[in-house]
Amino acid sequence: MAVGESQVGSGSEPAEKEVEARTGWRNTLKKIKRDTTARWGLYVIGFVLAVTAFTLVDSNLSRFTFGAISDFALAEALPVLEHPERLPAPGEAETNQPPMFHADGSLSNPLGTDPNGRDYFTRIVYGAQVSVSVGIAATFLGLVGGTAVGAIAGYYGGWIDDMLMRAIETVYAIPPLILIIVFTVFVSGGSPDVRFAIIGVGIAFIPVFARIIRSEVLSVREMDYIEAARAAGVKDRNIILRHIIPNSFAPVLVYATLQIGVTILIVAGLSFLGFGAQPPTPDWGEMLNTSHGYMHSNVWLSIWPGLAIMITIMGFNLFGDGLQDALDPRIND
Amino acid sequence: MSSEPLLRVENLKTQFFTDAGTVRAVDGISFEVHEGEIVGLVGESGAGKSVASMSLLRLVESPGEIVGGEITYRGETLFGLEEGPDGELRERDDMLSNEEMRTRIRGNEIAVIFQDPMETLNPVFTVGGQLREFIELNRDLSGKEARKEAIEMLREVGIPDPEERYEEYPHQFSGGMRQRVLIAMALACEPNLIIADEPTTALDVTVEGQIIDLVDELQEKYDTSFVWVTHDMGVVAEICDRVNVMYLGEIIEQAPVDELFHDTKHPYTEALLNSMPRPDRTVGELEPIEGVMPEAISPPSGCRFHPRCPDAREVCQRVHPENKEVARADGYPHNAACVKHDVFDVGYDESVPLDKEPQMTASTPSAGDDGE
Repeated sequence: MAVGESQVGSGSEPAEKEVEARTGWRNTLKKIKRDTTARWGLYVIGFVLAVTAFTLVDSNLSRFTFGAISDFALAEALPVLEHPERLPAPGEAETNQPPMFHADGSLSNPLGTDPNGRDYFTRIVYGAQVSVSVGIAATFLGLVGGTAVGAIAGYYGGWIDDMLMRAIETVYAIPPLILIIVFTVFVSGGSPDVRFAIIGVGIAFIPVFARIIRSEVLSVREMDYIEAARAAGVKDRNIILRHIIPNSFAPVLVYATLQIGVTILIVAGLSFLGFGAQPPTPDWGEMLNTSHGYMHSNVWLSIWPGLAIMITIMGFNLFGDGLQDALDPRIND
Repeated sequence: MSSEPLLRVENLKTQFFTDAGTVRAVDGISFEVHEGEIVGLVGESGAGKSVASMSLLRLVESPGEIVGGEITYRGETLFGLEEGPDGELRERDDMLSNEEMRTRIRGNEIAVIFQDPMETLNPVFTVGGQLREFIELNRDLSGKEARKEAIEMLREVGIPDPEERYEEYPHQFSGGMRQRVLIAMALACEPNLIIADEPTTALDVTVEGQIIDLVDELQEKYDTSFVWVTHDMGVVAEICDRVNVMYLGEIIEQAPVDELFHDTKHPYTEALLNSMPRPDRTVGELEPIEGVMPEAISPPSGCRFHPRCPDAREVCQRVHPENKEVARADGYPHNAACVKHDVFDVGYDESVPLDKEPQMTASTPSAGDDGE
């Protein structure tokens, strides 16, 4: 760590303190900054999140930076329906236009238009909103649920542990995609919606998170500071929240970062299968679903959402890998 | 003896129910702690000292369980059993509930200082934050007041620049400094009794001296009583008022500290004292206690120390000595559990001395019965 600075102080007390103070979060961030791939992952995530945030603000303020065609693209999913005048009249827009660098392309639709004449660039941009927020929300659900279950099971042990972990394993035994589809269909009562997909995916992810955090908790709960907290009369709930979870969270955090990519992929798959986002909501998976019928006439319709999914997942994976290295005390510079 | 003691432990038994059998970690110990006293609990590793001290707070973890005895603290029953109508033992009605133990006793009335200061602070929070949380929790102070109090406590235990150190993390503290923090934590709620579980074992000798001085000073100031768990007779001599020597779950000698050192009644205590490194003796002159302490899962018959005892005779294999008064000093009894002091009943003097050679059978339970 910070070899340069520590040598400047050459062992004098304050300099040493400063070096040590850099452990923890600041040190982790520093390590990530030095790790080129992790940094690029962070850039990609930042970009995608920025796009998502932009679309959220843009649509909620009804500003619709991208004009009339984008309004059409957002019909139903966003508050555009309250502005029917913004929808292009049927037949007005040109359908299945190729992207702008193609001989038949035009600058007004940089990525071309879809079979309904909607601007594909706008749909990809707004698609980030659904894909990314769903990916993060579902992972978060799994993370919170799994952490709660795993921490309680690991801390109390005994029959509570047995009961919770057997229940978790039952869920784990069912292939996740089938579990999610069945859940979505049952809960939604035949009208699938992306909200149910989030909950379904979240539940399907609880077991993995629970198992990771439980194995950490098993070692953390033997630490003296847990015993000390108990001897000081701290409530079990506070011991779990303040002592157990913060000390066993690092591996789960890394896993969650990697899992966001997987979640986005699963949600895209669900949408592709028709159980996730429903048309006309722009979602990358749903766009792939619609476009696969046009593979031969307009292959670009499949390439753009596919590329968007790939880049986003890559961003999360690169960052997750970097985070893993950064949090691993054995890998030091 | 004076008035009602602060803490009275009677015939306390804590056992661990493992697959290999029942481990009788604490097997019927009795002792008292009076106000303002430092009482030592001495013994080798595995003697049951720590289990005994954790039992006082009812913090024995599964598969361990307190199976008998009575613990009274200021007239309140921390643990007590009675015979129910069905003949089974059950917890007494006046025994404090788990909730009461947690909110009223632990931390507030009885605090603990643990052995390893490196492991006893949560690494993810600042030292001050932990101390403040602890004070907030037990003393009903607002965050700001608790912070002030925490800094005051840090200063009290001799941490320089407490305002700055308050914001630092445990790994930025040295071992001795951390132990000071833990002492601050234990004292923070002004408990009447502190259980110090080998608090200086993990520290080097110079720091150990400082910590002991600090405790001595603070003890005088706050008039706190201590149960001082240690294996170090040197520390005992330095700090304790009265001492209980434990061997294999039992207290085998208890006496005021000077009496214990100058008029040792039990061969085990004697052996402990002889095995202590001292500046006036070379390594060759040290007399280690032969063998290792047997497993508490199957203690030797008769006197539990007899397989290692230099004074053991045939009778020691058969007779389990009672811990009884053999002398009196400063108004306190001097108890020892050794048949040497039981001349009338068991005939120690006439008994044949045991052959010391084949004593590696200490861990087999029946070895003593057939007289080898």
